[in-house]
Amino acid sequence: MIKQEYKTLVKKNLPKENRLRNSFVAFFIGGLMGVLAQLLTDLYSYLFEITVTQATTFAIVTLIFLGCLLTGLGFFDKMVHFARAGLIIPIAGFAHSMMSATLEYKKEGLVTGIGANMFKLAGTVIVYGVVSAFFFGLLNYIIFGG
Amino acid sequence: MTLKFENAYVKDTDVIVGKLEKEGPLKHYFDKYYEDGYCGSKTWEQAESKMAFETINNLVERNKVDLLFGGDLLNQITASSFAASKVNIPFLGIYNACATSTEGILLASSLVDKKIVNNVLVNVTSHNNAAEKQFRYPVEYGGPKPNSATFTVTGSAGIVITNKKTDIKIDAATIGEVVDYGIKDAYQMGAVMAPACAKTIYNHLKALNRDLSYYDLVLSGDLGECGKRILKELMKKEYKINLKNYNDCGTMIYNIKTQSVYSGGSGPACAPLVTYTYILEEMKKKNLKKVLIVATGALLSTTTVNQHETIPAIAHAISLEAI
Repeated sequence: MIKQEYKTLVKKNLPKENRLRNSFVAFFIGGLMGVLAQLLTDLYSYLFEITVTQATTFAIVTLIFLGCLLTGLGFFDKMVHFARAGLIIPIAGFAHSMMSATLEYKKEGLVTGIGANMFKLAGTVIVYGVVSAFFFGLLNYIIFGG
Repeated sequence: MTLKFENAYVKDTDVIVGKLEKEGPLKHYFDKYYEDGYCGSKTWEQAESKMAFETINNLVERNKVDLLFGGDLLNQITASSFAASKVNIPFLGIYNACATSTEGILLASSLVDKKIVNNVLVNVTSHNNAAEKQFRYPVEYGGPKPNSATFTVTGSAGIVITNKKTDIKIDAATIGEVVDYGIKDAYQMGAVMAPACAKTIYNHLKALNRDLSYYDLVLSGDLGECGKRILKELMKKEYKINLKNYNDCGTMIYNIKTQSVYSGGSGPACAPLVTYTYILEEMKKKNLKKVLIVATGALLSTTTVNQHETIPAIAHAISLEAI
């Protein structure tokens, strides 16, 4: 059997992914995360009488803390298993990717373990985040004059 | 290449499993298990090594063992090496990924058959979390996987092969060829390994001039639900063999519908955990007389997968007979 023919055979037999369900769950949970962040921002801004920009930072820090805490307690992986991109993409998911790597490698030492592996998953996001920020900044400058 | 044995028998076996395997359909066959993934150790790697040591040690205490074969999935097969360092027995480390168990049995049978040594212990182990850490994401990340993925079993399985007659004979073995059908996705292990499995089954039957009906049961190692379907179709199209009386250990060790294991179990310990318990038990009861075990292995590393190389696969077959 030639390779191309085999690939067709494989494709036919692969189990179906429930993309509609996955997309809906991710959309819904991701949206809820947005609502939570907005609520926190409003709450902080009201409670501490600070600007919305400052309150946003506080809200982000809270979500990062919650993400790390739930990872440490062993819940976040099960939540990701259910919500998928709905939890991976928001900031708490980013914190989760760092925290889970940290937990995994803490037995291998502070430098060779945690230090070297903390950004194992998050590193990609940072690298391409910075690269795209540079290019979008450049476009912004060229088109709108900064 | 197919080898015929006259003096190779199964003397004793010992298995230990993790929590999920103990909750599976074969729970009554697994007496020893660990509730906790760490098995009382500090790391996943130590946990795997501990399980390997326990099955090796139990078998060494019950039997005279001249030589030990051991293998696992961890880099440089350290789980087996650490376990072997605690027993004073000559050790040979072997690796054919998830086909390591049958590789070890056929090597051991060749040695005992010619009376080069009398009793050989073959031990293989795998640990879900240690494998996840090495091959995929950190365990706590819980990254989503496609439904075609397989789930590495947690457990250790040892078998003692001897040249003194017992009720289970190792009748023959077929050494597989490495097969590469160009699949690159490490989440499609069933598809990667099915061609190797098909080729080994065909070569085995041809070399011994046997028909598939000679066997009461043909078992593949860890193709999973999706690999099973692919194998059946491939056997029919490529080799004109209608695969009946067939099952896959990866789909027997877990309840695919209720346990969250995607397409089924995988890992070096998957095939032997099912074979050494349920299958041998059925053979001793004479419910099964002749069984062909075809453990399948995907010969990849994280580096080759990241470099977009294809994944070669292998399968070795062992023919067991109840006497």
